[in-house]
Amino acid sequence: MIRPEAPVLLEIRDLYASVADQPILHGVNLTIRAGEIHAVMGRNGSGKSTLSKVLAGHPAYTVTGGGVSYRGEDLLALAPELRARRGVFLGFQYPVEIPGVSNLEFLRVATNGRRLEQGAEELDTFAFEDLVRERLAVVQMDPAFLERSVNEGFSGGEKKRNEILQMALLDPLVAILDETDSGLDIDALRIVAGGVNQLATPDNATLLITHYQRLLDVITPDYVHVMAAGRILRTGGKELALELEDRGYDWVDAELAALAPVEVG
Amino acid sequence: MGSLSMPTAEAPARTWSTALLGEIGPGLEPTLEAARQRAALTLARHPFPSRREEAWRFTDIAPLQAITPALLAPGTTDPATLPAAAAGVVRLVLDGHRDPLAGVSLPAGIESIPAAELGTLLQQPPNDRGEEGASTHAAAWAGSEAPWSGLLAAATAGQILALRVKGVVEPTLEVVSDAATAEGVLPLRLLLILESDAQLELLQVHRAAAASLTTVLLEARLGAGARLSHGLIGQGGDAAVLLAELAIDQEPASHYALTSAVAGWALSRLEPRVLQSSGAATSRLRSLQRVDGRQIADQHSQVRFEGPEGKLDQLHKVIADGAGRSVFNGAVAVPQAAQRTDAVQLSRSLLLSDRARIDTKPQLEIVADDVKCAHGATVSRLQQEELFYLRSRGIDAAKAAGLLLRGFCGEVLRDLPAAAAIWQPLGAMLGEEAPRP
Repeated sequence: MIRPEAPVLLEIRDLYASVADQPILHGVNLTIRAGEIHAVMGRNGSGKSTLSKVLAGHPAYTVTGGGVSYRGEDLLALAPELRARRGVFLGFQYPVEIPGVSNLEFLRVATNGRRLEQGAEELDTFAFEDLVRERLAVVQMDPAFLERSVNEGFSGGEKKRNEILQMALLDPLVAILDETDSGLDIDALRIVAGGVNQLATPDNATLLITHYQRLLDVITPDYVHVMAAGRILRTGGKELALELEDRGYDWVDAELAALAPVEVG
Repeated sequence: MGSLSMPTAEAPARTWSTALLGEIGPGLEPTLEAARQRAALTLARHPFPSRREEAWRFTDIAPLQAITPALLAPGTTDPATLPAAAAGVVRLVLDGHRDPLAGVSLPAGIESIPAAELGTLLQQPPNDRGEEGASTHAAAWAGSEAPWSGLLAAATAGQILALRVKGVVEPTLEVVSDAATAEGVLPLRLLLILESDAQLELLQVHRAAAASLTTVLLEARLGAGARLSHGLIGQGGDAAVLLAELAIDQEPASHYALTSAVAGWALSRLEPRVLQSSGAATSRLRSLQRVDGRQIADQHSQVRFEGPEGKLDQLHKVIADGAGRSVFNGAVAVPQAAQRTDAVQLSRSLLLSDRARIDTKPQLEIVADDVKCAHGATVSRLQQEELFYLRSRGIDAAKAAGLLLRGFCGEVLRDLPAAAAIWQPLGAMLGEEAPRP
């Protein structure tokens, strides 16, 4: 939902970042307002996942230029846990398995941290169980997964459902979903995408990172951005994704070649 | 051993043992006293462990040398200072002096072994035990020398808690020692005979806060089909030393499960020694130890299969922080007779500091050809991707690390007897104060 008067939630300005001294992002600019759904597409290695990790604060990535403001605040100055508590959520491409840590307890600790930030009261184990059982319906998840260790032994689809369950509990203002569709069969894709649609409101925003049109068949983006060589090469509406599906990414190389050469390494 | 080259190093050690042995009065029944004196003679020949011995090579014995070689005085453990036992638990308090059975009604299925019979048990074990009066059936195969820990306990313990178990015992038997703030040596000796198809849950707890040595020899003989679920909790202070030998004999179809959680001692050394005398038994060993500061935690385990179709499932876990040091040596012997043995041994160490040190060594001696024997050892730090995942959900770094540590410990601690909860084993593992009322 595009509303020019809606408040800006996230503003990325000329962002440069590297990992292990290898520059990956070369000047990303992106403005996200409340109510909007953005899709970032691009080939492997174009910098899509790096962008998501930098926004979430992964310690392996170093910002070397530019900035990000989140609701007017310097996002990059915040520790990863504070970003999450203020309402920035990253759905992982590869959710991490954590043996020995109960999924239910993990979800409760995380939810209470966010609730305190929102000025709500912490939920005790009983109140939290009621909440979590209600939110399980968003992704049609079996309550048995609450009793297991975080993501341990979950199938690919179960892990992604668990990510969207966390999103449903944490109630983020900006949700960045990194290749949430990867590794899902078509039924799981529908359920996960359906969960994302249910959680989208005029007050929050979603940034989808994906390779494929098929996710965008189920979640309709307001904007589609094509990323290449660490920058956003082109921005359009949902028709741009269809064009990519038709034409592939080869035209991207031609456009890149026409631009000033990008410094690498 | 080159006595010529190290005369000055030997001298104080011999003095230590001699001084301690000189303290022992004739406290035992005459039949038991004979066994004790045999152990004392062996101890006189091996007065102190040395780092020149392979079994002690990585283990700094300085905290042991710093212990005053005198027995703890009577009355050091005030049972009223211990946390109340959980429901369904029969507690025996060992202080080396008081009769642990005084005023206790043993649960159905457990009876005390009379001294006369015990003397015979100790003198005429089922297997040849050589000249080592102190060593057990399980200890005898280990070589010419009994483990020093057990030997010291056998040579100095003034009483032996000896129990026979028949049938299924419902309550958990809890055996507790607490040297508290006393300084000196607390030797403890226990013998459990589980008859065929007997079942017992045993929780062994040792605590100490000051410069004391708790030295324990626990022998358990499991008859055919018997089951012993054995928890061991060791919570020590920064100058305290714990040495424990657990000598377990298993007949076929018996099941032995040991779960240990040891933390806080200047030096701890656990020596579980399991002998499947005819194979065909099940042994499950789970251990967790934590070192911090300059602490040393050592575990030397030995499992031997003397017949076919035995099973072993062993997991040893370590948390090493500060300048702590951890030593693990896991010996598994599978001789020709032990065909179709199925043994798994895994050692997992978590290194939380650059100054901590971990020595881990599986030692599998496999002669039989038709066996499944697997082993593995990992040493790692807290996984950065796991930490980031938790932080990305709003959990701060310290709390995230705590959750990961709890997960690491939980894999072992969940196998402790339920009665262990009152000792707060998780808190001790995370470096929190041991519970003292």
